[in-house]
Amino acid sequence: MRRLRALESIVWVGPAVLLIAMVVLWPVIEMIRSSFLEISRFGIVQGGNGFANYEKLFGEKDFADIMVRSVVWVVAVVVLTVLISLALAQLFNQHFPLRKIARWALIAPWAASVLMTAIIFKWMLDPEVGVINQIRVKLGLIDAMGGAAADQLGDASSAMPWLVFVAVFVSVPFTTYALLAGLATIPSDVYEAATMDGAGRLRTYWSITLPLLRPALTVAALINVMNVFNSFPIIWAMTHGQPGYSTATSTIFMFILKGSDIGESAAMSVVNFGMVIVLTVIFLKVSRWNKEVA
Amino acid sequence: MAVNTMPPRTRPHSHVRPARGAPRRMPKLKTVIVAAAAYVISFLFLFPYVVMLLTSLRSQDSLREVSFWPEEWVWSNLTNFWTSGLAGNLWVTLKVATGSTVLVLLVALPAAYYSARHRFRGRTAFLILVLITQMFQPTAMLVGIYREFYQFGLVDSIWSLILVNGGFNLAFAVWILNAYFASIPRELEEAAFIDGNGRFGALFRITLPLALPGVITALIFTFIAAWNEFVAALTLTTTPENQPLTVALNSFIGQYQVDWQNLFAGSVIATIPVIILFALIERKVVGGLTAGSIK
Repeated sequence: MRRLRALESIVWVGPAVLLIAMVVLWPVIEMIRSSFLEISRFGIVQGGNGFANYEKLFGEKDFADIMVRSVVWVVAVVVLTVLISLALAQLFNQHFPLRKIARWALIAPWAASVLMTAIIFKWMLDPEVGVINQIRVKLGLIDAMGGAAADQLGDASSAMPWLVFVAVFVSVPFTTYALLAGLATIPSDVYEAATMDGAGRLRTYWSITLPLLRPALTVAALINVMNVFNSFPIIWAMTHGQPGYSTATSTIFMFILKGSDIGESAAMSVVNFGMVIVLTVIFLKVSRWNKEVA
Repeated sequence: MAVNTMPPRTRPHSHVRPARGAPRRMPKLKTVIVAAAAYVISFLFLFPYVVMLLTSLRSQDSLREVSFWPEEWVWSNLTNFWTSGLAGNLWVTLKVATGSTVLVLLVALPAAYYSARHRFRGRTAFLILVLITQMFQPTAMLVGIYREFYQFGLVDSIWSLILVNGGFNLAFAVWILNAYFASIPRELEEAAFIDGNGRFGALFRITLPLALPGVITALIFTFIAAWNEFVAALTLTTTPENQPLTVALNSFIGQYQVDWQNLFAGSVIATIPVIILFALIERKVVGGLTAGSIK
């Protein structure tokens, strides 16, 4: 009987475990294994390589810059996303006509492919005819000819802010919606009590709304951290990490390396994956799976 | 569970009440300001997609002219798409998205149902595994994915894309379905069972229809994620005809002269259905993604 129960659970749950094992877990093992192998450009394994792939990776002259940039990228995008979303959630939680339609408009960047959104921004930033430069000409920020200042994506110092802008643009909708869901769980009598006690708006927001919003905020922020860390299409479509490696993050660098040295690229992946693991552990702690699952 | 904790959207109350004794007109002015701000922001979020649509309707010759509106509206760009090579790439996208969705449903439905109804050895481990994989994305393990499918001889095959998209979207489907099944009282199913429906009869006649909103959410979410996927497809496909639309559109970019109007015609056709589908499930997606956190 007991054996039958075990068999039954394998029939129902087994396929899911198998799919996860095959598509999600196996690549992790394969990636770690590859990082210790010497692999030709065409994928032929030439033999073991010890830690040479890692030594080569850490010895790259752009490596330190890229890692620092990846951290700055994640922190900048997530902090801006959260701050903007907090404000937007407050705004879209108010009563006003056509609120439903206004909220729907926010869905577009969330539902559309990030790659396509990035391509649109690249087009809008076109040095000659892009609409963003047209606006800048109208505002008198650049003259009609544009010159070097017009090519925003051609130089790291102006490209990076635009990349961050697009990443924030596609992250804000989900975050705002998550915070709106969080706001909806706050019972109104709490606010009534605060008003009775004579608390002002700012005071109410700071001492009541924010603390009660914290669970939603934490998980939304963590999901953003993970998404932004793994973000590839925005930078790939808009700058390819260029000029040089000056707008590349660690995922972009990993992808570029894949074209020349798969072993070294695997080493970069393992470093990235280590960071993903750390973030996942934090996520598990925060999402209180133990209360929900067990 | 996620879905249960999402409260019904009750009539939202104004958080900030007007001060006592304030004139009655005051809230009206506030509403006007709030509404105006919200409309402007909504427009800003739609703006890039408006530009996409307008550009897709421009003529090839007028692309390099400085004007916001197309000088002539070339609707044929949208119809020409269907006879261009890109239509084949859209077909690949459709096959990958449909295949992954079917795969996810076939695998996630039984697992979610069983883990919601039965306590079995390894249940907690299974649910943790699912939660962990929800945080994993193909990007971080791209090299491993490539090496694995290279060994299987599945590089440049549609099956590798279906498997990858299915595998990485399984977690969300299991979570949301598990929550739905858990919320359906066991007694309902047992009553149908006693009425002579048999175990599977009860499952198909009672439980599945009640869980239908969850099934639809999982279905649409997986479909959209696979439809929009880019990085894995960029890595796993090599021949232009085998590439989904995202990868095909991206390869436009590197060319010396970009035919933006064709590129955006493809984007418009690929984006509009997805936005509409997404609008249908948006509320449940928030609950599913932030599973267990919003209390």
